[in-house]
This record gives sequence, structure tokens and C-alpha cells, in this order.
Amino acid sequence: MTETGASTTPTREQDALGDLIVCPSCDLVYTVPDVGPRERAVCLRCRRVLIAPRRKAGKQLIALALTVLILIVAASIFPFLAIDAGGLHHKASILDTALAFHGMLSVLSVAVLFFIVVIPMLRLCLLIYVLVPLIRDRPPAPLSREAFALSEALVPWSMAEIFAIGCAVALVKLSDLADVVYGPAAWMFAVLVVLVVATDRLMCRYSIWKSLES
Amino acid sequence: MEIAGELRTAREMGLVGCTQCMRAVAGDATRCPRCGARVQSRDPVSLQKVWAWWLMGLGFYIPANIYPMLETRTLVHTQSNTIVGGAVELAQHGNWGVAIIILIASVLIPVAKFVLLAGLAIGVRFGPAAPERQRYVVYEIVEYIGRWSMIDVFVVAILSSLVQLQALASITPGRASLFFALSVIFTMLSAQGFDSRLLWDARSPRRGAGPAPASERNLLRGE
Repeated sequence: MTETGASTTPTREQDALGDLIVCPSCDLVYTVPDVGPRERAVCLRCRRVLIAPRRKAGKQLIALALTVLILIVAASIFPFLAIDAGGLHHKASILDTALAFHGMLSVLSVAVLFFIVVIPMLRLCLLIYVLVPLIRDRPPAPLSREAFALSEALVPWSMAEIFAIGCAVALVKLSDLADVVYGPAAWMFAVLVVLVVATDRLMCRYSIWKSLES
Repeated sequence: MEIAGELRTAREMGLVGCTQCMRAVAGDATRCPRCGARVQSRDPVSLQKVWAWWLMGLGFYIPANIYPMLETRTLVHTQSNTIVGGAVELAQHGNWGVAIIILIASVLIPVAKFVLLAGLAIGVRFGPAAPERQRYVVYEIVEYIGRWSMIDVFVVAILSSLVQLQALASITPGRASLFFALSVIFTMLSAQGFDSRLLWDARSPRRGAGPAPASERNLLRGE
């Protein structure tokens, strides 16, 4: 019957569609190419990097994510910056910084705390949760797809590295007013900038989605 | 990169691309079978989202410049500085370098973001004024740079938590910091609401190259 004929075609088409890749930025369609480690598949029209697999990227990503997590926790505990001026001394931790907004502005304290501590940590935990079963060749953990989707959605709102650059700017502004002493946490944030960039460069979204599928 | 026949868009082939995992999905599907994301060929309300968030962002950017960003109390005087006021004062003290950096980061970049986002949205609606690749580069820059504007808010937080030297000097955040943060958040949402695939659509019908989408769909079935 025509009806059964019609219902088999879409399934076959669906399977064939799995071998196609659509550039999310400009909608061009490609067949999924063989991309070796250290090679990159780039969209011909908009130059967006579509596939960029790395050997052992999973393990390295987990290592990086764990390091950044530890850095954020440690940076929240250790003293961060201190100033000396006219014999007076004051030091601030990350928590003091986030809670600098009072009264009507206290909602901003919550936002800052989320941007520089809560969201980056949540995102990294989700990433580790998704990647650990994958590198051990186990089936994906329950709700892996949702976890990875959330982790990706949090990327723009995870601003630990922006905060680190903000520290540098604040120090420049203060440099002729007072002596600024860097605490251990300040150096941790400096390392963090580099690691966050490395994490982004290492991560091939396509490869992760593909391994979550199987 | 290997190409599926000629370079064609998913829309021309009657397919939909998942923006999350890049899978091609049949045109009538609503969810991606690989990642579970909702799929749409183009976001039909993309421009509405862009304009709604854009207006909110601009609306908060104005008070962010009127109210003081920082209030500085020293032994001799108390002083409130707006974003521009602070930069002007630095320039008057001969600190031209820092003043120019602040003006670029807190005034030029936010204003450029509003102008460029509006330009992109107007281009999609009324026909573009620049080649699509240029417009896409502009979009990428706006999207990338958006979150970095939050640096001003963080600087205010760092300065006011650090400079608490009792009577000698203290800095407290001003009301503008909240408005500025809201403006940054809404501008980010505005840029995220923009469906960049719209940029590449605008020209193709005008150029008239290639058959209409419907006949292309038939070609695909015939293969």
C-alpha cells in the first residue's frame, strides 16, 4: 500500500540525514567528512569551525575542568587582593567582592556571585558528568543530553575569565592611589583565564553530541 | 571539506539543521533526534526577540550613563562619578591612556553594539547594505564582545570591596552599576536572539540563482 511505502521512506531518509551536517550559522549542508585529529572542518561560506576533533580531548577536557573547578573553589577561600595606603590595610576575598553591592543594589551581588562562581562551577560539573562515561567507553550517564545542552547554554553567562581581566583593570585604576598586594587567589584567577580559553579550543561540540548519540 | 553535491542550504533541500548538534533533520520534524533540541528552519520571531531585548538594553543604558557608577569618599571630599565623568576627570589629571581605554570599553563598545545589532536586524528586514560575509563577521564580533562589557560591573565590585580604608578613602557602587549590568544582560539576549541564518537568506532570492526551493526538494527525492 502507498501508506506503508510512505512510512518507510522517511525512516531511510532519517538515517541518511544522520550523515549530513548543517552549519548552524549559515545553514549550508555538507556530508560529514573524515576529520583527523588536529584537522578542522570549516564551513566554506561563513568560516565557522564545524568539527575539530582532538585525540584524548575528553581526558584533557576533564583534567582542565577539574583544575578550573579547584581554582575557583580555592580562589573563593584564599585572600584575593589587599591594599595599603596611608598605613591602613584592607583585604578582600572574592566573596567580599561579589557582596560589595548593598541595599537596592544587592540583587547585583547575587548576579555577580552567579556569574563568577556559581555558573562557571555548575557548567564545569555538568561537563565532567557528561564526559566521564564517554572516556571510559561506558554508555552516557542518564540525562547526559540535557546536561550537555545546559552546560552549553551556560557558556556565555560563565564569566570567571572576564572577572579576572576586571581585576587587572581595577589594579591599573588603583595603582597611583595605593599599593596593591596580590593574594594567592589573584594568581589563581590569572591561570584560570588561560585554562578557560584552552577548554574552549579543545572542545569539539560535534564529537561530543555524536558520542552521546551512540 | 566534502560537499553534498552543490553547496546548498538545508532550507533549499527541504531540511532543517539543528543549531545545537548540527544534525540535518527532516523538514517536518520539531525535535532533533540526536540532541533533543527544538529545531526550526529559521526562528520566525528572531527579529522580534532582537528588538525587544535591544530596546530593554538601550532603555537601561541611558540611566546607566546618567546616574553615578562610583561614589568616592576621601578625607577631603565626596564625589560621584558617572562613566563619562570618571573618564573626563582622569583625562584632566593627565591620565589620557586610562581615560581613552575607559571611554572605548564603556562607551564606544556598548554604543557600537546597539548600532551594529540594529543594523543587522534592519538589514534582514529591509534588505542588506553589505555583503553577507561582512555582516556575519559583524554579528560574530557583537556576539563575542557582548559579555565582556560586564567587566565594568566587576571593576566596580572589586574597587568598592577593596577600597574600604575607613575615613581615608572608601568607594561605594553607584546606582548606574545595576542599570549597566541589566543593559549588558539584555544586549547579550538580543544578540543571542538573532538567528544568523537569516543573514544568508536575504540575498539568495534576489540573485535568482538556482531553482526555487520546491523544485529542489523534488531533485533531492529523485536522487
